[in-house]
Amino acid sequence: MSVRHALLALLSEGPKYGLQLRQEFEAKTGEVWPLNVGQVYTTLQRLERDGLVESDDAEAEGPQKTFHLTTDGSDELHEWLRTPGGDTAPPRDELVIKVLVALTVPGVALPEVLQAHRRHLIQLMQRYTRLKQDADAGDVGLALVADAEIFRLEAQVRWLDAADARLKHRPVAAPEAAAGPVPGGAAGRARGRRAAGVRR
Amino acid sequence: MTPVLELRGVTKVYGTGAGEVRALGGVDLTVGSGELVAIMGPSGSGKSTLLTIAGTLEQPTAGRVLVAGVDVTALSRNEQAAVRRRSIGYVFQDFNLLAGLTAAENVALPLELDGVAARRARATALEALGRFDLAGQADRYPEDLSGGERQRVAIARAVAGDRRLLLADEPTGALDSVNGEAVMRLLRDSCRRGVAGVVVTHDAQLASWADRIVFIRDGSIVDETAPVPGPESLLNSGSPQ
Repeated sequence: MSVRHALLALLSEGPKYGLQLRQEFEAKTGEVWPLNVGQVYTTLQRLERDGLVESDDAEAEGPQKTFHLTTDGSDELHEWLRTPGGDTAPPRDELVIKVLVALTVPGVALPEVLQAHRRHLIQLMQRYTRLKQDADAGDVGLALVADAEIFRLEAQVRWLDAADARLKHRPVAAPEAAAGPVPGGAAGRARGRRAAGVRR
Repeated sequence: MTPVLELRGVTKVYGTGAGEVRALGGVDLTVGSGELVAIMGPSGSGKSTLLTIAGTLEQPTAGRVLVAGVDVTALSRNEQAAVRRRSIGYVFQDFNLLAGLTAAENVALPLELDGVAARRARATALEALGRFDLAGQADRYPEDLSGGERQRVAIARAVAGDRRLLLADEPTGALDSVNGEAVMRLLRDSCRRGVAGVVVTHDAQLASWADRIVFIRDGSIVDETAPVPGPESLLNSGSPQ
């Protein structure tokens, strides 16, 4: 979330002063993203330096100072709204890393590791659902913020479910096979037994 | 919180000998009045079996099921049917409304089968439909209703009268997300009015509407969530960059 563009969006509704921008930002993001007032003023200074906003009274400082959007600021805002996020590789995912590590650590019960993460994620989903449930029906902003978090968490739960299913159907001899392609190794022998219809 | 549903050591085994399948192994679960509990697990984990046994639609191989304090596993088939009509409401993924009956008739039917006079059953049905914003749809047939409306009629049928226990199997599976959310909101609100609810699902979003989520795996309960803290706990958990 870019504070810079959020402020441009709020100013597109008309001139506003700093404290008001901070209050409206928090209200419109369902108050789940607190913003400190220093962050607002620093960002406004940069926007003014770049010619994207102007202050009505250059003499006044602090809370009295009102800002409005320039034409360049409006162009920047509309350009940003249509620009997709970067398609660079996702940052390293802690959950994926933990599960991958759990695969290699002897004596770890993988279903228990997966379940601990699943429980935690679903508990978080419950909290966002409760937020949505208790919210005023007209508070679309809050519902959208809650939905976004719920979908993001749900994607992780679905990945855990898929991991669970994949690990359940993992070939028994996988560790040996992963250790190196030995034609006559345990994995090869297991395959041979299955091919010959021998029950273990 | 008064317990409405109690499962004690419920075990269900299908088949015998080499073909024996243990669907549930010694499940203990208590659901209180006003509480919505979600049972979550992968397919084949035993969650639907648990629901049919809780609803007296199937008899456990071992263990006991108590509904509002009554051991229903000790009752005759006819007595169990009476408990089902009076105390238990069911909501299914495919709604299970009777096509030849209007919305109001569908809701009134279980009450009439239980001996409630037709006029009174209709009045109770209209009251339940009104609660779910369906007063205008009372005399429509299921085929003239949208999917979301059909499921709301099914929930009205499940809670009409003096039902104590509401059992739902993937109730939003056939609905889009907006209608699915509306259905979960109604289930949640019905529970707040004192009904005990159990929803079986593999869907985490659906489960997140529950007060408590119980995880089932290979026929056993393996885990459950902690009580939900207030939404203020989410504040200050992240800040914009």
